[in-house]
Amino acid sequence: MKLLQNIGRFMSMLWVVFSKPEKWGVFRKKLFEEIQLIGINSIPIVALMSLFMGGVIALQTASNMDSPFLPEYTIGYITRSSTILEFSPTIICLILAGKVGSNVASEIGTMKTTEQIDALEIMGVNSLSHLVLPKILGAVMFFPVLIVFSMGLSLIGGWLSLVLSGLSSTETYVLGLRSFFEPSNIVYALTKTVVFAFLIVAIASFYGYYTKGGALDVGKSATRAVVSSSIAILIANFFLTQMILL
Amino acid sequence: MIEVKGVNKSFGDNHVLHDIDTQFEKGKVNLIIGQSGQGKSVLAKCIVGLHKPETGHISYDGRNFTELNRLEKKDIRKEIGMLFQGAALFDSMTVEENIMFPLTMFTKMTKKERLERVNFCLERVNLNGINDLYPAECSGGMQKRVAIARAISMKPKYLFCDEPNSGLDPKTAIVIDNLIREITYEYDITTVAITHDMNSVIEIGDTILFIHNGRNWWQGDRQSIITTDNKEISEFVYASDFMKEIRSSMIARRK
Repeated sequence: MKLLQNIGRFMSMLWVVFSKPEKWGVFRKKLFEEIQLIGINSIPIVALMSLFMGGVIALQTASNMDSPFLPEYTIGYITRSSTILEFSPTIICLILAGKVGSNVASEIGTMKTTEQIDALEIMGVNSLSHLVLPKILGAVMFFPVLIVFSMGLSLIGGWLSLVLSGLSSTETYVLGLRSFFEPSNIVYALTKTVVFAFLIVAIASFYGYYTKGGALDVGKSATRAVVSSSIAILIANFFLTQMILL
Repeated sequence: MIEVKGVNKSFGDNHVLHDIDTQFEKGKVNLIIGQSGQGKSVLAKCIVGLHKPETGHISYDGRNFTELNRLEKKDIRKEIGMLFQGAALFDSMTVEENIMFPLTMFTKMTKKERLERVNFCLERVNLNGINDLYPAECSGGMQKRVAIARAISMKPKYLFCDEPNSGLDPKTAIVIDNLIREITYEYDITTVAITHDMNSVIEIGDTILFIHNGRNWWQGDRQSIITTDNKEISEFVYASDFMKEIRSSMIARRK
């Protein structure tokens, strides 16, 4: 019952969020600020995760290549497929759900508990649209950039780990990367990313905006935001995979 | 003038406000007093539209606020300034940006005009040269004064203050009280302030509404609140031994 109630509130929140901004100049400024906060500030963690995960995927694939019938370039092929199909769009978005989700929920939650949102409402500002819309659009616009960046770094991580450990040569790895490439996989990955970006920020904003109480409740809202958006990502991933790939 | 008629408000089974009828006069400091949990803040939030009353209506100079649509309400809200208990300044903005925010959102003023207005408002609350500070870098009293500057930046017709001097030392509290009174008279604003502070009641209260158990229990001016025999008010006003002593000496003097 409470779940249904929350879904209803979430939908009505989105209805208010997607209304015309009060002033385009203010909206534009806020949008760039959010791209900086949500997107650009996430580059270091995405870079670090991608490099090491790419390396691990390549090493694990290489260590499991026991059969002499499997060509060596399979390592590059599997690294590429895992990275593009699942690792970059899903795992990186799960990481970002923790970083961005908790940040958004605690920022809006603190504004709620310190009456800053009431102050906006009393001034006549649509607080939901003013605060949440630039965050959602910022994430939806910049997450795909982050994920493409992550894909590139993950493949570089795979190459570095193979070459440095002597498990494969650069030529064989690149051959694997180029084998059986389907551009539609990139479209699939970026479609997932856009959906995940929306879910992360919208869910975090929802929990932040409806925070009641004090500092402790802001912490609880941030935790709920991360847990709920992670679950939503996993469920959406399942359905999107069914819809697009099968 | 703000008129409140037959306002009822409940949260679930908790009936907080019961048939509140009152009016807040223009050019005066109208105080709402009462013990904690009696419904003062809920009443103020109903008046400014943060809560929707179940029955009754609230009108601003004859405009029935409760029956207006969102856009019409927005127009009235632009005429309202509010000073929150914790100042509610936007943490991510400097003092200048905080005061400039409503001007940027709702006026077509140029940047230069907005800046002039910000500096005028800051000067009015006796805070010069703190434009670039963030709220976290200001003291409690300064934050309240910045919040007043923000509230008056749009030249409001109505000013709401939620416990304006809570958490302040007595001297700063008097500064804030005086500022509210001066601004009210200077700009002929309808000011409504919630307070627990008896000093404020005596110093700036032109009209006083005493809320008890969610009801309009008593209404009068600052002279009559001292002399009233109403039991609940006496218990509230003369809660401390010091105030009891003052009352005894006043009664003795009268005899």
